[in-house]
Amino acid sequence: MKYLDEYRDAGLARQLAGEIHRLTTRPWTLMEVCGGQTHAIVKFGIDELLPAALTLLHGPGCPVCVTPLEIIDQALDIAARPGVIFTSFGDMLRVPGSTTDLLSVKAGGGDVRMIYSPLDAVKLAEQNPAREIVFFGVGFETTAPATAMAVYQAAQKGLKNFSLLVSHVLVPPAMEALLSSPDCRVQAFLAAGHVCAIMGFEEYFPVAQKYRVPIVVTGFEPLDILQGVLMTVQQLETGRAEVENQYSRAVRREGNQPAQALLRKVFQVVPRKWRGIGEIPRSGLGLAPEYAAFDAELKFGVAGRRVEESPDCRSGLVLQGRIKPHECAAFGGQCTPEHPLGATMVSSEGACAAYYRYRRIQPSVSHERT
Amino acid sequence: MNELNFNAACPIPITQYPHVLLAHGGGGKMMHQLIGSMFLTAFKNPLLDTQHDAAVAELPGTKIAFTTDSYVVRPLFFPGGDIGSMAVHGTVNDLAMAGARPLYLSSAFIIEEGLPMETLWRVVCSMRDAARHCNVQIVTGDTKVVDKGKGDGVFINTAGVGVIEHRQAIAPQNVRAGDAILVNGDVGRHGMAIMAVREGLEFESQIESDSAPVHETVLELLRAGIEIHCLRDLTRGGLTSALNEIAGAVDLTVNVEEKAIPVREDVHAACEILGLDPLQVACEGRFAAFVAEKDAERALALLRDRSPQAARIGRVTGERPANVFIKSAIGARRILDMSTGEQLPRIC
Repeated sequence: MKYLDEYRDAGLARQLAGEIHRLTTRPWTLMEVCGGQTHAIVKFGIDELLPAALTLLHGPGCPVCVTPLEIIDQALDIAARPGVIFTSFGDMLRVPGSTTDLLSVKAGGGDVRMIYSPLDAVKLAEQNPAREIVFFGVGFETTAPATAMAVYQAAQKGLKNFSLLVSHVLVPPAMEALLSSPDCRVQAFLAAGHVCAIMGFEEYFPVAQKYRVPIVVTGFEPLDILQGVLMTVQQLETGRAEVENQYSRAVRREGNQPAQALLRKVFQVVPRKWRGIGEIPRSGLGLAPEYAAFDAELKFGVAGRRVEESPDCRSGLVLQGRIKPHECAAFGGQCTPEHPLGATMVSSEGACAAYYRYRRIQPSVSHERT
Repeated sequence: MNELNFNAACPIPITQYPHVLLAHGGGGKMMHQLIGSMFLTAFKNPLLDTQHDAAVAELPGTKIAFTTDSYVVRPLFFPGGDIGSMAVHGTVNDLAMAGARPLYLSSAFIIEEGLPMETLWRVVCSMRDAARHCNVQIVTGDTKVVDKGKGDGVFINTAGVGVIEHRQAIAPQNVRAGDAILVNGDVGRHGMAIMAVREGLEFESQIESDSAPVHETVLELLRAGIEIHCLRDLTRGGLTSALNEIAGAVDLTVNVEEKAIPVREDVHAACEILGLDPLQVACEGRFAAFVAEKDAERALALLRDRSPQAARIGRVTGERPANVFIKSAIGARRILDMSTGEQLPRIC
């Protein structure tokens, strides 16, 4: 397929991998931030092409995985109420809260609908004036502008039956939280390309400087990721810690400024709890005071819950890159995609699910290696 | 149910759903678990245990194949087909997967009160035309009407009987290490055609369903003397579920190459946009054939006469434990796992 196959070329992949092998003289630990990158790495087997001295840690960039349990419980509560049409992106539907999931709420009679764009929820609100339409706004800076646009349009149209359960999170504060942890092993980041397409990458310069880490804005196709790794290794091997942009076909330094302006208008930066990690200051987006009427948490009176995570689930350590999925004792036995102990096993972008789907049993790869 | 999987100390997992979810009909692991733990257990018998697309029974002097399938699709009419033609093709194809020549179908309608007669007539005419085209007769039937809101327009069940006129044993259990795996055309088109209409997704070109009968293709392979070990249609769960079902049934490993699997460009693009895997998307006129290596090239040539996209996608090996592996576009090898329930589009 045009604009896709070019970035999945086996010959070029081998060339890039060869270059990485040639340059790597000692062990390095990199973290890819985005769940989409984790998925591509495992799906295409990119890490099999890399030198053993390179360790790829999988970062906290799966929005489904880091959504805290209490917000999922709020969603379940609202979705089960009569008169509500609860709308969400597909992969939130199977994420378990403390007792059940949205698919089960649907089976029990709740009107839960999967949509592809938050604007579809606004349309539903117009078409169903007697119902309350709630959109579950989950995701990083990538999806936040679309959510903001939905709220903005609902306000313009004067809709009173549309509201937002918001759990948007921001990437740079999470990277800083990881870097400031005393047992942080990460020596360089592949930054999430799509997040940077919206936000640009200026905010990474102080991070790279303060923590002396190379940060390479990286895309999602196999050749993007291999090139991102190559650029990172070049920096590490030459003692540089700079911000570079591998994904220049999609990302500009200043990002998408109209989208950023919309975010500033509709949202404000708030502290946010991350599932498995804990509360990170200034790491989330909440509705700005002038849009409080669209806040489902207030509208349905579900604020202020506290729920404890499972003591057996170590997804927090996975999300922080401190263990690999298969290093968890529950992996593949007690915890599978059918019976997930934590969100990293549920979401298709979760590191545990990616490992389970693609390499539950380590294949004997010797004769397959290129 | 297996109590060992349940950890009472943990508040998170939903280990056994107390209610049926839509995902239990999605063609993935949840559906297989439901079928395995309820239906196969309760109805246990040697014919059912083969878990073939159609049961093959020996009657005095002849051998027949018998199958049934229910059709629930929204919208009732979609690009490239409708529920009526699909209800004929699907059951004809299940019989074909046993190597049978389809003869007779039943058709049972569950109709929702308020369905326009005009709509029902269009469905019936489509079934009539499809049956004629497949050279089968609809010889018995049933009609029920349910309250408004208790159905989705119309649901159709068809059962089918066919006759087996050859001596080959075609069943999952007959797959052998070394077998070549072929598909009779590009995969994933039916599912994406339905999804594009259902979700109001607009692509530059319209994706048409691949709904079609395949029994003539199968009969031609048999007439040519191809040594067929197993056939499996690629319906719910797509190619991925079909390969996993066969690997599991015969306890052998299936190896396929991503680059060899034909996926049309528009289908691929739609899947990329939605974050779906085309190998897990349903087809309605596609099957995988497991044939003896010696006949693989001849079989491929016959399939290509009917569809130029037909391809040889991999082979069976004796590696254990049984698994399905795919060689990725950049040459690495990974597991091709069945999805859990239905595929859910990803956030980003």
